[in-house]
Amino acid sequence: MATRHSGDAAMSLDVAAVRADFPIFDRLIDGQPIVYLDSANTTQKPQSVIDAMSTFMATAYAPINRSAYRLAAEATDAFEAARSATQKFINARRAHEVVFTKNATESLNLIVRSWGYANLHAGDVVLLTHMEHHANIVPWHQLAAERGIVLRWVPLTADGQLDLTNLAPLLDGAKAFSFTAMSNVLGTITPVRELCAAAHAAGAIAIVDGCQYVPHNVTDVQAWDADFLAFSSHKLCGPSGIGMLWGRETLLDAMPPFLGGGNMIADVRLDGFTTAPLPAKFEAGTPPIIEAIGLHAALQFLSSLGMANVRDHEMQISAYALRSLTERFGDDITIHGPTNVEARGATFSFAFRDIHPHDLSQVLDQRNVCVRAGHHCAKPLMRLLGAPATARASFYIYNDESEVDILADALDSASDIFGT
Amino acid sequence: MAGLEDLYREIILDHYRTPRNRGELPPPAAHAVGHNPLCGDEIDVYVEVQDGPNGAVVSDVKVGGQGCSISQSSASMMSQAIKGKSVAEVRALVRRFKGLMSIDVDESDTSVDLALVESAKLGDLEALQGVVKFPVRIKCATLAWNTLLDALAQSA
Ligand SMILES: Cc1ncc(COP(=O)(O)O)c(C=O)c1O
Repeated sequence: MATRHSGDAAMSLDVAAVRADFPIFDRLIDGQPIVYLDSANTTQKPQSVIDAMSTFMATAYAPINRSAYRLAAEATDAFEAARSATQKFINARRAHEVVFTKNATESLNLIVRSWGYANLHAGDVVLLTHMEHHANIVPWHQLAAERGIVLRWVPLTADGQLDLTNLAPLLDGAKAFSFTAMSNVLGTITPVRELCAAAHAAGAIAIVDGCQYVPHNVTDVQAWDADFLAFSSHKLCGPSGIGMLWGRETLLDAMPPFLGGGNMIADVRLDGFTTAPLPAKFEAGTPPIIEAIGLHAALQFLSSLGMANVRDHEMQISAYALRSLTERFGDDITIHGPTNVEARGATFSFAFRDIHPHDLSQVLDQRNVCVRAGHHCAKPLMRLLGAPATARASFYIYNDESEVDILADALDSASDIFGT
Repeated sequence: MAGLEDLYREIILDHYRTPRNRGELPPPAAHAVGHNPLCGDEIDVYVEVQDGPNGAVVSDVKVGGQGCSISQSSASMMSQAIKGKSVAEVRALVRRFKGLMSIDVDESDTSVDLALVESAKLGDLEALQGVVKFPVRIKCATLAWNTLLDALAQSA
């Protein structure tokens, strides 16, 4: 595919060109374009991803790792190329440190079930934060219920950043610190490198939930000095059905397998089994083959834009959204999370007048403005915010400032209906 | 697409802005909490059931919790509609309301008197009919009703 994303000096991305790569934006609903502001939930797919998957199915599909014929060897190579692309995208040391799962949720469960069961015992402490997604809470609760581990929580500051004042005592005696690199509710970007260093200083491993961070920023697990990273393909322009786990080789090597079955074994006898080396040890059964091909195309697509440009674009749109929405609506809008664009991504949870988020999103939908309304799978955080639900608008590479204005106009029509 | 005026009828907005029967009832009134997993809304339904000459009667009802205009107005209208009615009539009304919401009912459920379902009056609740055109909102409209059934089951 031709690269048409050179852009000019002022704009970090040529949004019109990016948008043209996403066929869904050709669709009109009620004669109007779609204003898709729900990319924190899941992103739209560029033509190159759609083509890569359908071409693979039409011309090159075969099992991987199992058969000697050429077609299967090619498919295996294509699958492994997706792993190498993932390795490069996050700057991991070795490709076999990347494990394909079903989604980030499964990646996090793998860490808890495998590393956690092997290493944590009654009374051991795991540190989490108040802004975690349920995927980085519930598996730990399960382990706490079964093993009696103890969970501690990093609290938040008033503007929705991690309050690190007591980080050292919270980490004291902890075996693991598991935290998000960016909040899916507040947009807050956390100081990952600093948190990893603090964890290690306390003798804990550092687990990073990169779901919201990796699709929007340059990621470098070595510079972070992290131990694990979990993220999902469907949030970075790739297909659903495949997730990624990166882990430090020495940790992965020492861990027991997660699921048992085909592909993950070296040998099986009547009296037991031995495990395959990495990464197959953690990839039981037929993996998401077609999805890996799509993921590879998605990573190529994002790399062609340049992740630093993606980040710049999102900072620009964040600055515009914060400024224009607060100028226009003043106290009628409460935007949660940091107001400084350096400290946040382009994901905005907000309260608008007294209108319930469900009603807001219903009215916005009338203008094809797609926002999420709800608890965003972060109920502990929602309790802190004192709101059972918020509306959330999240912007990505295909959104521009005009869509902030459309959102604002649609908010006005919501006040007309609810007369507030 | 159906117009928003089908959804946000004036009577719905009125019940949303001024909900009836808000509050709590102390034990022994039954209390159930309903969750809408989609949006995180929570609703509390308190019912006081007393034995009368013609069987059990919902003598008082209160509603608490938070939610959108549809779940809150539905709860408010429900509380008005059931107060003072016999439990049998209330169960029939629940069945009737679910019919309005196009929800398949369990025909084998013998706890509901079908003659009562026929004669049940929805009154203001008819205003919620427009919700059917917005299928994701049906769960909002029925949240209070399912919670009511839980509360009644407790007091049975
Ligand atoms: C911060 C965070 N962690 C984890 C997840 C879970 O991702 P998935 O649903 O793809 O497993 C999400 C997705 O919403 C998320 O935003």
